[in-house]
Amino acid sequence: MKKDWLPLLLIPAVAVVALPLVGSPTSWVTLTAAGLAMGLMIFVMASGLTLTFGLMDVLNFGHGAFIAVGAFVAASVMLALSPWMTVDSLWLNLAAVGPAVLAAMVVSGVLGWGFERVIVRPVYGQHLRQILVTTGGLIVAEQLLKVIWGPDQITLARPTALRGAFLLGDVAIEKYRVLAVIVGLVVFAALAITLNRTRIGLLIRAGVENGEMVEALGYRIRRLFVGVFVAGSALAGLGGAMWGLYQETVTAAIGAQVAVLVFIVIIIGGLGSVGGCFVGALLVGLSANYIGFIAPKVALGSNILLMALILLWRPQGLYPVAKR
Amino acid sequence: MVRAILSDDLPRSRWLAVALVLIVVGLAVAPFLFPGAKSLNVAAKICVFIVLAASFDLLLGYTGIVSFAHTMFFGIGAYGVAIALTRLGAEWTAVAVGIVAGLIVAVALAALIGLFSLRVRTIFFAMITLAVASAFAILASQLPALTGGEDGLNYRLPAALRASFSLADGTLFGVRLNGRLVDYYLVYAASLVLVLVLLRVVNSPFGSVLMAIRENPFRAEAIGYRTVVYRTIASCIAAAVAALAGSLLALWSSQTNPDTTLSFDIMVDILLMVVIGGMGTMYGAVLGAVLLVFAQNYLQDLLGIANQALAGVPLLAGLFHPDRWLLWLGVAFILCVYFFPTGIVGSLRNRRS
Repeated sequence: MKKDWLPLLLIPAVAVVALPLVGSPTSWVTLTAAGLAMGLMIFVMASGLTLTFGLMDVLNFGHGAFIAVGAFVAASVMLALSPWMTVDSLWLNLAAVGPAVLAAMVVSGVLGWGFERVIVRPVYGQHLRQILVTTGGLIVAEQLLKVIWGPDQITLARPTALRGAFLLGDVAIEKYRVLAVIVGLVVFAALAITLNRTRIGLLIRAGVENGEMVEALGYRIRRLFVGVFVAGSALAGLGGAMWGLYQETVTAAIGAQVAVLVFIVIIIGGLGSVGGCFVGALLVGLSANYIGFIAPKVALGSNILLMALILLWRPQGLYPVAKR
Repeated sequence: MVRAILSDDLPRSRWLAVALVLIVVGLAVAPFLFPGAKSLNVAAKICVFIVLAASFDLLLGYTGIVSFAHTMFFGIGAYGVAIALTRLGAEWTAVAVGIVAGLIVAVALAALIGLFSLRVRTIFFAMITLAVASAFAILASQLPALTGGEDGLNYRLPAALRASFSLADGTLFGVRLNGRLVDYYLVYAASLVLVLVLLRVVNSPFGSVLMAIRENPFRAEAIGYRTVVYRTIASCIAAAVAALAGSLLALWSSQTNPDTTLSFDIMVDILLMVVIGGMGTMYGAVLGAVLLVFAQNYLQDLLGIANQALAGVPLLAGLFHPDRWLLWLGVAFILCVYFFPTGIVGSLRNRRS
């Protein structure tokens, strides 16, 4: 099959078109970095969701719950380790952030496993009930978060070494954004390698294309699916922790807010496609930042506008998954 | 006679019939039975939300499509009246202009979203409506010149609906006959008519096609019904009725803000109402709305008592905190989807057969 490069070219195209509109090259670089960081964080959160949909035709409207849980768990761990956070030493800072992120991923992953068993499993193949039940799960999870962590928002300062910006001449790039870009790229690379170079990845891709055939060949696609669901939840937890540090506040509503962006991204990308999800996330991140700078009034609708344009061009998303 | 009014869709369960009569009569005499500003407010809210939930049921229960943009149409109706009353003064012409403008915007938007995204699958539509509705809610709070921003709009109602207006001297059963009473009965009558109209719609041949699409869209298409067209019309009707419900709310409360009309919380409330009450029956929406508005206003008190009793226990007390009423309704919602997919009404009807 010939590789489809057109959607990929959209990303530099958007960046180039934005350059004259933004005007000054220095702010353009800053905005581009911000857009990439935002896009990659959204990608981390969205990748699991799009894979579970592709594999098992399950769309989890409660995905936002894992994002919120990740943010809260990470915040608690970091607040507990706050002496290490405030020291001006990169390694001690990372020693606090590392366990926090790990805890966020583990808790979200375990929660995802429970969510799959209790909430999702009984409603396979029934879209209407899936949407309803997972939305119900989101409502309950959001309330439970308020029970455990209290209804107020938690303020979360970034560790000392990740504050401030790198200065390259006139151009200022926030340090945290660089970290977010690195983490996002690592996750993308890991996913791409797993999907394209390993046996499990092969099975997942085959399952997305034609699940019944994979079952007929003797593989238990259900078990595969649970694995993907748990991994996706853990990634959502990671993304939630990153997003919490990015915003520097954590509220119970964070899940529902980010979930909207996540949905837009996976619609743009084509439901079930990880590559599409990556391109979609970067497009959303970049355009949100450029338009927020050029015309702040329009910025709120920019995501919807982007989605509408993409769907007019390719009604099934950038990389439609073949079987649908 | 009753048959004609209910469009031949009888309750088909003795308990359901009793409950419905209780609701209709109870709401009719509420101002005299439970005098006081709070209970009148609760009664009016119930009326408005019955209409809103019923119109949502037309989509969710009858056509089988999930829209998360229903509050958007509700908000459009409310803001239509609110903006008109703010700009044009407290006149009835302003009310009419607001209602008509809200209706036009709501139906046009619903048609646009429908034609754009109802061709594809349920899940697609659900996600797109969620995105559009959240963008709209932010938009409303970011246009302070028009919508009053986060604070919303406070405006004066037409003179005949204000508390200072007096219908007649003296009192009836100890209740002053003022403009609020007129307002309440306006809301009540309009809600009753709208619910009956919706009953008429779902029991018409058009309604049967919607249910056919819900059961098997492929087959409905094969028989020769353009499912996209029917789904889009259904979502336009639902949007129009939701906008009217919004107008009623704006006419009742003399203030309109994003929290009470556009927020995702309201959307969640409507979902709970329809699913707990019973999808696919208008009566379910009625019962669900009554139950949920009651729970919102009075379950907190009950939870407060439980919270007091459990004051020493750390986590348990938090679970029964008065502000956590939504937690319990959420659990009820999930259980309903699993074990009582037809909700309260379905369970009541099944008992007999």
